[in-house]
Amino acid sequence: MALQLDKVSKTVGAERHISDISLTLEKGSLTVLLGPTLAGKTTLMRLMAGLERPTQGRVLVEGVDVTGAPVQRRNVAMVYQQFINFPGMTVYENIASPLRVAGVPRTELDRRVREIAEFMHLEGMLDRLPLELSGGQQQRAALARALVKQADLVLLDEPLANLDYKLREELRAELPRIFDESGAIFVYATTEPLEALLLGGSTATLNEGRITQFGPTAEVYRRPVDLVTARTFSDPPLNTVAVRVAGNEAASSDGAFRVPASGSLKGLADGDYIVGFRPHHLHLTTPGGEAVPVRARVAVSEITGSESFIHVTFAGTNWIAIAHGVHDLANGTEIEVWVEPHRLFVFAPDGRLAAAPELAAAA
Amino acid sequence: MSTSVESATTITDDGAATRTAAMQQAATLPVRRRGRRSYAWLVPTLYIIFLMVPIYWLLNMSFKTTGEVLGQFTLWPHNFTLENYRTIFTDPTWYRGYINSLLYVTINTLLSLGAALPAAYAFSRYRFLGDKHFFFWLLTNRMAPPAIFVLPFVQLYSSVELFDTHLAVALAHCLFNIPLAVWILEGFMSGVPKEIDETAYIDGYSFPHFFVKIFMPLIATGIGVAAFFCFMFSWVELLLAKNLTSTGARPIASIMTRTASISGYEVSLLAAAAVLTLIPGAVVIYFVRNYIARGFALGRV
Repeated sequence: MALQLDKVSKTVGAERHISDISLTLEKGSLTVLLGPTLAGKTTLMRLMAGLERPTQGRVLVEGVDVTGAPVQRRNVAMVYQQFINFPGMTVYENIASPLRVAGVPRTELDRRVREIAEFMHLEGMLDRLPLELSGGQQQRAALARALVKQADLVLLDEPLANLDYKLREELRAELPRIFDESGAIFVYATTEPLEALLLGGSTATLNEGRITQFGPTAEVYRRPVDLVTARTFSDPPLNTVAVRVAGNEAASSDGAFRVPASGSLKGLADGDYIVGFRPHHLHLTTPGGEAVPVRARVAVSEITGSESFIHVTFAGTNWIAIAHGVHDLANGTEIEVWVEPHRLFVFAPDGRLAAAPELAAAA
Repeated sequence: MSTSVESATTITDDGAATRTAAMQQAATLPVRRRGRRSYAWLVPTLYIIFLMVPIYWLLNMSFKTTGEVLGQFTLWPHNFTLENYRTIFTDPTWYRGYINSLLYVTINTLLSLGAALPAAYAFSRYRFLGDKHFFFWLLTNRMAPPAIFVLPFVQLYSSVELFDTHLAVALAHCLFNIPLAVWILEGFMSGVPKEIDETAYIDGYSFPHFFVKIFMPLIATGIGVAAFFCFMFSWVELLLAKNLTSTGARPIASIMTRTASISGYEVSLLAAAAVLTLIPGAVVIYFVRNYIARGFALGRV
């Protein structure tokens, strides 16, 4: 089954939640919807599921228009951020619920429920009520009920967001295995770039109800088509600064940031640009090569253990550097941070990508 | 107060009190505390006695003869009799009153819940034009004195030949019970995440199937509490019930508040009827005792 969104828009009151989205998702594919909160990820999923009707545009399944069809008539499954199971039913009954409605014979139902329970490591908990389980187990039960149905379209709306770190890691590692086993279309919404990269597949970046880019995840990460996409796909936020390229040098208007027009900047026409690069490419010591120093003041430094996040500021620009190990820098310290020209993404003032680093340097 | 000061002084006086001495002290403390707290029961007991006096007096009267009630002041029945109760259970004009009341109360509870369940669901799940105003207006129906509805109801029901039927009273009581049930149920329903509904639809449940199989069990407490409130308010309402009936559906509350009948002045009989009227409410309240607070909070936590 292929799912196709054809110029779909959704307006609620005066607000436009989804603007003119066209997207084709093939059978057996995994698509990550990546975007900040309120980007429209959930609304887009609800439109795909048929829980909401688009204001404009059509939803097609295998070329057949299903725009107005109620969700009961579509073969979809959905997992929410909150762990949604029917509280009054045991885990077994919860997983069996979609099969019971579909009228699956008792023996087959039992076989399928037990099979999926084993797959999701829920064997010992089938007789318990959902609220007696841990968060991770509840979400696994919700995933099991979504998978047992063998739906054509499985929608996962930030399924790991409400789990604690350990469980999230654990479940995240299991997800690719689930995707491989099933031939369904998987759509996975997340706010975290890291999650998108770990899951692979394709990524559609969303911003303010629009898809800014859709393509293989690694490609979207390495070659974002515009500044918004690059920002969406960077955590911590992308470091940016407005520069003017003149001759063989690029400099910010106040001159605090100056780089030779080499690396990604080579061969650009003179004019205004916005350069951006990821926080782990801002160095505290010179990495060698053509790296140039920028004098900046430490605003905050956060230590996560293996890494330190150093927030620096210069001439009104705020950047973040990720450095290995513990760097305990006092707030207000003047330091030099190093930028490598061959790591820079260059965007035109309107946000379109003007030049990207070589693939090897883009990660 | 003084005892606790004393005991504290004893401990400090010991100065270098050994562990054993301290333990002995501790062992005596609870006894003293018990002595100190001994007046704590007094106020609630007085209050409860104060509340129970009219009920006791009612019981007292119901076991006396009318002659004893009117003739002398006695704190307990000197001529104990069950004759009053026997009369009520054997005389149809009396026991029919209970049947009438229970009938219209039951009809009213079913009607109210039947109308309030879908209404509350709509208020809790959908946004529509004027929903908040409409929702509030519902509650204002409770604020109007029932007396103002007596005239229109009597006239209307007489003209459509509903007068003096159980349905008439049941419908009239819907006036204040449906709004209340809607408010209570809406509170309980809003406590159930909307995603539960959607998950059910995604599973393939139709709306009615979902509502009965998944949703109603989730708000069973709310339905119970709403039913209790409908029952209670319909059971205690006198004015509408009295004026909308004559003989066919006359409620017990109306029968028992008459002061005289063909057989004269029957105070003790009326008292017995009143005692029996207390019972259904007491039974129902027992079942929802743990949930009443949420009911008074209209289902909101």
